[in-house]
Amino acid sequence: MNWLALVILGVIAFVLSGPVGMLGRRSGNGWQWVSAGVAVAGGICGLVAAFAVLLGSLSDTLTFRAAAPALTVNLRVGPLSAFFLIPIFAIGSLSSIYGLGYWQQSRHPRSGRKLRFWYGLLIAGMAMLTLCQNSIDFLVAWETMALSTFFLILTEDQKPAARQAAWVYLVATHLGTLLLVALFAILRVISGSFLLRPLPPGQVGMGLQTVILLLATVGFGLKAGIVPLHFWLPEAHANAPSHVSATLSGVALKMGIFGILRVLTLLPARPPAWGISLLMLGAVSAFWGVLWAIAQHDLKKLLAYHSVENIGIILMGLGLAVLGEAEHQPIWIILGMAGCLLHVWNHGLFKSLLFLSAGSVILGTGTRDIDQLGGLAKSMKITAAVFLLGALAICGLPPLNGFVSEFLIYLGLFHTMARLPILSLTAVILAMVGALAAACFTKAYGSVFLGTARRVSHRAHESGPTLWIPMSLLAAGCVLIGMAPSLVLTPLMHATASWSGQPSPGLASLVPVKTISILGVGLLAAFGAGWVGQRYIFRQGRNGITWACGYIAPSSRMQYTASSLAQMLLRALGPLVRQRRCEPQISGVFAGPGQFETQASDPVLNDAVEPVWRRLRSMLAGGQGFQRGSIQNYILYMLLTLLILLAFTLPLAMLWKWLF
Amino acid sequence: MKTLIAISLQVVLLALLPPLLLGIINKTKAWFAGRRGWPVLQVYYDLLRLMKKNVVISSTTTWVFLAAPLVSVISVLLAGLMVPLGPMAAPIHFTGDLIMFAYLLALGRFFTTLAALDTGSSFEGMGAAREVTFACFSEPALFLVLLVLVKLSDTLSLSAMLLSASHVRIGSTASAALVMAAVSLFVVLLAETSRIPIDDPNTHLELTMIHEVMVLDNSGPLLGAQIYASSVKLLILAAFLLHVVLPLDPALVGRDWGIMLAGLVAVAVIIGAVESLMARLQLRFVPTLLVAACLFSGFGFLLIL
Repeated sequence: MNWLALVILGVIAFVLSGPVGMLGRRSGNGWQWVSAGVAVAGGICGLVAAFAVLLGSLSDTLTFRAAAPALTVNLRVGPLSAFFLIPIFAIGSLSSIYGLGYWQQSRHPRSGRKLRFWYGLLIAGMAMLTLCQNSIDFLVAWETMALSTFFLILTEDQKPAARQAAWVYLVATHLGTLLLVALFAILRVISGSFLLRPLPPGQVGMGLQTVILLLATVGFGLKAGIVPLHFWLPEAHANAPSHVSATLSGVALKMGIFGILRVLTLLPARPPAWGISLLMLGAVSAFWGVLWAIAQHDLKKLLAYHSVENIGIILMGLGLAVLGEAEHQPIWIILGMAGCLLHVWNHGLFKSLLFLSAGSVILGTGTRDIDQLGGLAKSMKITAAVFLLGALAICGLPPLNGFVSEFLIYLGLFHTMARLPILSLTAVILAMVGALAAACFTKAYGSVFLGTARRVSHRAHESGPTLWIPMSLLAAGCVLIGMAPSLVLTPLMHATASWSGQPSPGLASLVPVKTISILGVGLLAAFGAGWVGQRYIFRQGRNGITWACGYIAPSSRMQYTASSLAQMLLRALGPLVRQRRCEPQISGVFAGPGQFETQASDPVLNDAVEPVWRRLRSMLAGGQGFQRGSIQNYILYMLLTLLILLAFTLPLAMLWKWLF
Repeated sequence: MKTLIAISLQVVLLALLPPLLLGIINKTKAWFAGRRGWPVLQVYYDLLRLMKKNVVISSTTTWVFLAAPLVSVISVLLAGLMVPLGPMAAPIHFTGDLIMFAYLLALGRFFTTLAALDTGSSFEGMGAAREVTFACFSEPALFLVLLVLVKLSDTLSLSAMLLSASHVRIGSTASAALVMAAVSLFVVLLAETSRIPIDDPNTHLELTMIHEVMVLDNSGPLLGAQIYASSVKLLILAAFLLHVVLPLDPALVGRDWGIMLAGLVAVAVIIGAVESLMARLQLRFVPTLLVAACLFSGFGFLLIL
């Protein structure tokens, strides 16, 4: 059985899922089910193949020959690519199901079919990306992914915010592609072929290899959202439809991580400085991401900043693994890499879960402004329960999956104590990031789902089964990995071995997975027993109103808002997060109504990228004269280009001699 | 057999001793104030009485409010099973249990703050805001203390590192690092168990409280569970601190159980003395204090690099 063929079948199904849906009428719902059915079938094919490859540690190759050698397509699936294929297909299928209810064709006749078309291409592009062995194909897959993302962000192109976000994204992604082109050009010159094969050691100097890694870190980092290259991310993820945001955050960002991993397998050198830089970059990303998440008022932007944080955590694991290779410490490699990879899965699970639940909130209430929501746990029971699960998981709290991957990274960082003790201080940063994440999700969950309804949430309603079934499946995944981490040890070890190219020491001997399972089950059992037992201890519970120092008519306006909850923390962290404040002017004895507003705008976008961009645009404005839009001009340009190129073929030296 | 006795002793102590510490703190405060004070066992009576009382549940709340006290108690007890109370290893010990320990405490805190927000009261919202803010500073301090201990003991299990901390020679650099870690840990203890100068458990003004205001709406068994959970937290952090400070010898089991128990009483008395002699800090200075704690253990770590 060629598993790769099955993966490609899945990819084809995703490509077709969009066009199939176009057969139906604009306003009918029938064909969207067919479209989702095709996508899910493809997803199942892909998942079966990917699991088979990963669990069996197999690899399959396929070559499609073409007349020109540069056009020959080489595909290969191995444990590492299978590891990344699993979230792509799993979340791709679940989000397709979710889209049935969230973006119903009959309610979005204008954008529904377009959305499914680009969504299928996005999943297909990402899946192909993990398979390509040839830099040209890699770039084609990369651009397929990047451009379909652009169109997906533009789904609601009537909204200025979406257009702005898509525009910033397009600039960022093309900047990244530009660097990747440079990167692959250098590799082509060095190796003499477009095939992505490990460079032989000793052939290439350290300086050039560092340049290659730097290009990869910036080029792929723009996609992954590493600080300070994350500036496009929050707006883009907030303005896309929620199941698209789930895919972008949960899966597409990891393609940047995959790219960095892929380039690292090509480079033979491993100076310790690379590992340390990646580790530090990860720590900065994690801290910065969570810090700015706390300052957000928009539920989806908050989640998007948490993606920056989690990419940072993933990068910390990666940095540790690279450092382990430099220092010949197999324990660092396995713990760092396993932590990095497991967090790729885990973040895919809980971040998609959170975005999908946020989508359910948006569908139920029509807003994503945290300060207008409240008390949704009463009207949206399932959404509230799964969001809480996702929140616990993303904060890394036991007994859920986030804890397991952070545990691996912590262990790895503690193990650096023996050789490079100063690096173990990054564990302290990780601890602070964990506490900040808990603060942030206390704010998010507390103000959206708990308390009393604020402005709009009183008319909220629970979403239908097409929404809650995918959400519950993702939640089940979080619980499963958290309670039984021994299940993921084999995949992790196969993927890690496939990355580092050497058999790794057993994870099972380093990580007490069984104990974690037992404690997780114990925690849950104790909770269950206590929950049942509570009924017998309580004497006729009575309902009352919340104690407000004797005040008996509390209203929802007296509730602590999300902004005030975050205010104290933001003030304590002082100058790190700057908020723009619009305070009301109070004058006279009977002051009129006033409004107070705070806005946290990312300094990278507002103070660095935008001014540079504006300057660049004014510098390039002179070139606008060439773009007149009339066809004659363009024909003239072509002619001139042709003439210039022809001039190169002239025997210039002879001409020179003849003239003088 | 010996370990079995030690384990059951630890479990019994963990379950039953905590309220006594609160009683001792209160007795000390009474002594400083020249009052006679509550009986030392008053907290036990309170807990028993609370278990028998009715509960009043705000109609604003959801199941999270009911779950929070339960989660607090379970998570703090589970964390407590990882800290050696006496001179023997704790009932649960494994590689990396220190991470589990810190995150279990965080789990309890997460649910308590959520339950506070569940009531929809401004006061409890304020309490939750303060709690999460200070946690962001006390968590790194705790991890820095853990780093010092990991570095000194070269193990990744709380039991092993706390017991080996007892072998450090007095006067060595390591002992200096331990002292700095202990200072830092003491501040963490005061913050985590909401004591003066960070929080005042006895104040009557909702506006200024932290932990107490978060459980303002809890009544009957729910309140009892929260009081019990915070007393257990006090016990395990005190035991943690004692292991860092006291030179215990696993060979002399009988003597060292005595030393530990006396030490726990001493910690309670010291906390009571601190509460009697100091005023509460202004809220905005609390992060400064916790950062100072971070710096203390951080410098301790640098000493032994």
